[in-house]
Amino acid sequence: MLSEQNLKKLDELKKYYQTSQALVLPALWMVQEEHGFISEDAMKYVSQLLSVPFGHILGVVTFYTMFHPKAIGKHHIEVCTNVSCMLRGSGRLVEHLEKRLGIKMGETSKDKKWTLSETECMGSCGTAPMVAVGEEYYENLTPEQVDDILAKLERK
Amino acid sequence: MEKYILPDIRDLHRIDVYEAHGGYSALRKALQMKPEEVTDEVKKSGLRGRGGACFPTGLKWTFMPKSRGAGSQTTGQSKMTKYLCVNGDESEPGTFKDRQIFEFNPHLMIEGTLIAAYAMGVSISYIYVRGEYAKWIKMIEKALHDAYAKGYVGQKILGSDFSTEVLVHKGAGAYICGEESALMNSIEGGRGYPRLRPPFPAQFGLWGCPTTINNVETISNVPLIIKNGWEWYSRIGAAKHPGPILVGVSGHVNKPGVYEMPTGVPLLEIIHKYAGGVPGNKAIKAVIPGGSSTMILRGEQLEGVCMDAESLKAAGSSVGTAGLIVMDEDTDLIKVLTRIAQFYYHESCGQCTPCREGTVWLWKVLKRFENGEGRMEDIDLLMDVANNIEGNTICALGDAAAWPVQSMIRRFRDEFEKRVQVPQPKRAEAVAV
Repeated sequence: MLSEQNLKKLDELKKYYQTSQALVLPALWMVQEEHGFISEDAMKYVSQLLSVPFGHILGVVTFYTMFHPKAIGKHHIEVCTNVSCMLRGSGRLVEHLEKRLGIKMGETSKDKKWTLSETECMGSCGTAPMVAVGEEYYENLTPEQVDDILAKLERK
Repeated sequence: MEKYILPDIRDLHRIDVYEAHGGYSALRKALQMKPEEVTDEVKKSGLRGRGGACFPTGLKWTFMPKSRGAGSQTTGQSKMTKYLCVNGDESEPGTFKDRQIFEFNPHLMIEGTLIAAYAMGVSISYIYVRGEYAKWIKMIEKALHDAYAKGYVGQKILGSDFSTEVLVHKGAGAYICGEESALMNSIEGGRGYPRLRPPFPAQFGLWGCPTTINNVETISNVPLIIKNGWEWYSRIGAAKHPGPILVGVSGHVNKPGVYEMPTGVPLLEIIHKYAGGVPGNKAIKAVIPGGSSTMILRGEQLEGVCMDAESLKAAGSSVGTAGLIVMDEDTDLIKVLTRIAQFYYHESCGQCTPCREGTVWLWKVLKRFENGEGRMEDIDLLMDVANNIEGNTICALGDAAAWPVQSMIRRFRDEFEKRVQVPQPKRAEAVAV
């Protein structure tokens, strides 16, 4: 389930923490980076790997919004709609993205290419409105610029 | 004023540039001092936490047990191991200051962490950064790697007897993990549930060991104090809340962004001088001074109110994280409050009934107002729900959810009443939660 390289990295991390349970978040991040989401099998795997009960792993995965227990689209587009972004027009971005992609907030397109989500404050209040795609932040956006981003992602 | 946390120096994130501008000299100086002397210096400087609570930092450090014993070594399993968590979970709406430190001056934070670790005899420090900041985590890790390579972190730092480790711990998307005890549970690999206090982290923290949690900006102030002395520091800004402060200005201003200034600058000066005023010269209807959980202020009451703990307290709000959100005269405040309520509903961890149930009801009733279906008695209902959350929960998230509602009703009751009398057209826009 995890690459040799990541297993080695986890092993190195051990000395910095008092319990193997502390490696749950790092291990889940690795699983998600390698597989795109964290399946039930993956949770069982992490449970065995770290000797932590499966129920605990499930509890962690479902607690944190960035962990995906189900597969999501190839490009995960998140729009911050919290106050600072809202005051600077995130509503227009939401409208535009829903129209362009033909899906609503919280949905994944049929071809599994796009997932669109509303997100809480991303710390881009000074460069609002924004969308995040994976690890990348796009800030100070207009609907036209959103089109450029979509076109760029389309080619990927 | 001169800038200390985010000075205008090109490539300061690079260790050679940082060193060329006096970087890590404070660490050298601290290592020549006794640990108690370092703590004392911070205590006398008057530095107060920049994460929201404004708690005196030096005093917090003195809560840690003095015994150094195993604490100076990375023995791992010893019960006397002491920990430091640097809180970079920055997720409060309107707050985006720590991100600037990660990007432009990460070594200042690392140097501050090392000095704090020395003062308290900490063996391992975790810099806990929200998962969304993946890009910035890489920047911090690069800086940390360079600091290790130069011998500032690790075994026998700069030829002294002091050894300590620092590593970055990545969060996974949970506002509540910025709450210090939830943060510790998250590092321990669990759900981010806040813990009941007492016992306080300095007695029973990570894995039951003494632990201190400091905000990123707070810890970044430490090298300044050690380098220039407490007297120098205590003279910057407001007497009872001194030092430089990073103020994030967002919303209806011409130049939103993070501005470094001494504490005690008038809010109106921040809005007009630093952030370039309100677009179209519109009047200011309302201001949230320190992130979404702080009490909202009316535009008319801003005269004379300054960005420091005492002044904002007197005005009936608080400095919080100094995330100033400006709203012009055309702002739909009901919509703003509904969005804030939705945030706390989403982020409530669900442990305490008043918060778990109360936040959803606040949001639902506010949604009713937003849709033009609010009733006059709903105003008091909102107040009642908020009052029943406040003070009745394990952590401050409950209060943070209650304060915006209470203050909005207290200061903008007319907005609610108008919404009842003149219902707005129904909005089709659905909000996915």
